[in-house]
Amino acid sequence: MSNVSYIQRPNRVLLIYALIYLAYLYIPVLFLPLFSFNDSLYVAFPLKGFTTRWYVEMLDNEPMQAALLNSLKVGVVASIVATLLGIFGAKAVSRYRIFAQKAVVSTIMLPLVIPGIILGVALLILLSRLGIGLSLVTVTLGHILICVPFSMATLMARFEGLEASFEEAAADLGDNAWWVFWRVTFPVVFPGILASLLLCFTISFDEFIMAFFLAGSDPTLPIFIYSQLRFPQKLPGVLALGACILMVSFVVVFVSQWLQGRGGLAAIDKDHRP
Amino acid sequence: MRSESLRGYALLSPTLVVMLFSMCAPFALMVLMSFWAQHGFKFDTSFTLANYREALSSPIYKALLFRSLKISGACALATVLISYPMAYYVAFHVHRRKLLWIILMTLPFWTSYLLRVFAWKIVLGYNGVINSGLKVVGLINHPLEFLLYSPTAVVITLAHAWAAFAVLPLYVSLEKIDRSLLEAAADLGDGPALRFLRVTLPLSLPGVMAAMLLIFIPTVGDYVTPALVGGPNGIMIANMIQAEFGKVNNWPMGAALAIAMMVIVALISLVYVWVLRKATEQIG
Amino acid sequence: MSGNDSYIVIENVSKHFGPVIAVDQIDISIRAGEFFSLLGASGCGKTTLLRMLAGFEVPTSGEIYIDQMPVTAVPPHKRPTNMVFQNYAIFPHLNVRRNIAYGLRAAKLSKAERDHKVDEALELVKLPGLGARSATELSGGQRQRVALARALIKRPKVLLLDEPLGALDKKLREEMQLELRALQQSLGITFIFVTHDQEEAMTLSDRIAVMSQGRVLQMASPKEIYDHPNSVEVADFIGQMNFMDAIVTDRTGSSLVLDVAVLGQVTVANGAASLQPGAQAVVAIRPERLSLSSTKTARNGNCIEGAIQSVAYLGDRSHFYVSVNGREQPLAVVAQDTDLAGAPSLGSKSKVWVSWQDDALLLLPKD
Repeated sequence: MSNVSYIQRPNRVLLIYALIYLAYLYIPVLFLPLFSFNDSLYVAFPLKGFTTRWYVEMLDNEPMQAALLNSLKVGVVASIVATLLGIFGAKAVSRYRIFAQKAVVSTIMLPLVIPGIILGVALLILLSRLGIGLSLVTVTLGHILICVPFSMATLMARFEGLEASFEEAAADLGDNAWWVFWRVTFPVVFPGILASLLLCFTISFDEFIMAFFLAGSDPTLPIFIYSQLRFPQKLPGVLALGACILMVSFVVVFVSQWLQGRGGLAAIDKDHRP
Repeated sequence: MRSESLRGYALLSPTLVVMLFSMCAPFALMVLMSFWAQHGFKFDTSFTLANYREALSSPIYKALLFRSLKISGACALATVLISYPMAYYVAFHVHRRKLLWIILMTLPFWTSYLLRVFAWKIVLGYNGVINSGLKVVGLINHPLEFLLYSPTAVVITLAHAWAAFAVLPLYVSLEKIDRSLLEAAADLGDGPALRFLRVTLPLSLPGVMAAMLLIFIPTVGDYVTPALVGGPNGIMIANMIQAEFGKVNNWPMGAALAIAMMVIVALISLVYVWVLRKATEQIG
Repeated sequence: MSGNDSYIVIENVSKHFGPVIAVDQIDISIRAGEFFSLLGASGCGKTTLLRMLAGFEVPTSGEIYIDQMPVTAVPPHKRPTNMVFQNYAIFPHLNVRRNIAYGLRAAKLSKAERDHKVDEALELVKLPGLGARSATELSGGQRQRVALARALIKRPKVLLLDEPLGALDKKLREEMQLELRALQQSLGITFIFVTHDQEEAMTLSDRIAVMSQGRVLQMASPKEIYDHPNSVEVADFIGQMNFMDAIVTDRTGSSLVLDVAVLGQVTVANGAASLQPGAQAVVAIRPERLSLSSTKTARNGNCIEGAIQSVAYLGDRSHFYVSVNGREQPLAVVAQDTDLAGAPSLGSKSKVWVSWQDDALLLLPKD
């Protein structure tokens, strides 16, 4: 007999639906790696034969490698800065009673619901009026803007999980602010910091539309990919590149969410039955 | 208390400064610029409503705006409809490894948007995966032309791209439902279908409405999807805005279009939320 | 099985959750119109048993019958039972009227008929006029009554109550207890009540099943359980009790002589057959069956000396804790105010004599 109560008895139909849904989510994307090993310039069935030459060609592709480097630079800087801003913000919001807190937090979260093109265009206008030229720096600024809400949300969840009384107890026992942070706050918040870094990096690395508006002569990787889409013979190369990016993203995000684990979405899960 | 607020703000200040500089000030300037005109590379900063008049009266702009709203609305509806059973399954029928399911559901969303749209381009294309696959299997002789470069293609691609965005709020609102309410409903005589209609659905409705809004607002301004799979019949307002800042080189017009779009979306959202509130008050 | 005496039959029912045995081969017959309580500490299986009666859990083995019908495999929405949940489970998106009328949907009544029934139900639970209130605006006591009205409106054959009064404060709880009892008697519906509060079970029930670790220790009327508990566990659970180790020294027919720690030699009339000389046992006596006096007055020799360790004054009665030789724990003695008329100022450190009647002693098996 099942251990599970009547209300939670299993449902075959929904399970099948769920699996189909997951297939629907993943299969279109998985065509990229599939055809990246296909020995043909065209993405069509039937498959022509296995080859790794598109991947090998990536090694000689200097513009691509330059774009990759640019994306890495922007991603690292944006994720670190956004995470730092997120730490300050999350700490301020969860430890201090701030006047107009809801309004402030909502403002910080705004970039989540405003289309990227609007944010990019607005920033472009400001920068051009100020006479600031477009470059990787301006791209980084734009990315910091859209990463901060994610960083704040991730870290707010962590800070809320940390009882204020822990920090108070540490202070009571003699630690000054720096040591309180290092010995109490940091260890608990650290997984959140790591998750935020990974998440922000991924967001920045994959971000296209704002970079499109804010980049100067140095393209980021998505901009490079977009520019290649016009050329049919570059298609398989794009597939290979895309496949690599996808696989790395999968791993990075999976790890970041797993670290978030208990503090994040799973915290809502009430059904913690073994 | 005041000093606590001040200390809080001090801590918050770097974040606020960045937001101010990179979002608030640019918006303010964009609003300002929408009242200007541009001649060549010079801006005529005298106040004028010409841009807005054109945005709201020109048939092209109106058509694009309208099409964008329709596509986003359809996408929001479709996404929520197909994602609801998935969220329901994980909330009610997954007892172990919930975290794993949640990650699996949302993972694709965190990967490159550009690549995901591109994936649909190769799937829907004239010689793409679906067409060539169907040909190989022998189901068709000529490729299906309606698949790519149409508003339908845009809706399909958007629905796929934003599915994860719907699944999460739906899951959260379903997970929060007290299971003893369902037991009470069963105890009082309701079978599974009635329990769903009378208890689960009403209680998850706030999540459904939130998910729809959450998808509607950003997709109105989507650029990449219409650009890659929309074709001339499928482009949306964002593509027009991009053109104004690019080839057409009429920045004030672009700013006006952007703001018009945001205002219209905001108005629709407010009306939507207001209608919802009224409707739920009636039921309760 | 005759109709009324075995209205509800739980036949050799067990429930396993993986390796955990929550309910262990329980046999219970419940009479029609009875107020029956399942009493025990948390984890004893009482709630699991109740949920199996409701249909939310399926027994791992065994059968359940309600009014001659086997219901073991019947899903909850098809059973003639209704439940009052511990957290009340009031639907937050419906007002009070709609909550109460929830189960009437299938009855296809006209609006007037339905409204009439709801008003009737509201009267029954003493909440007239509260129909339009939103569910989220109710106090704890009100939610409890709404849950009751909702479950009773269909006049089910059996009402199941899962610790419904646990969240209420003492005064409200006592009020509700009296109301529940009155309600049950006027409606004549079989109530099955789960609680960990033994006073509550004693107050309300026609019969109680004391449970522990998935088994029924004793099933009887409150008086029977109180006066004649069948084991140390039951005796300890219900009311206060003084326990003393004893060894059987002599046996004549059914009359046993025991050597009891502290009390000395006692004679008990109807000892169980298994207790032969040399066997160990436990002798127990209720605190209110012990008497205190400042002088050695007992005529029958049942008297020992002690010193009062502490006193708890409860208004109408006092709890005395008397330390006696040979016993680490003090003896608990309860005396009504009137009993102490002859010895008014018994306070801490006072020397007292503790006495008892022969028939006040309970003989229990040693675990």
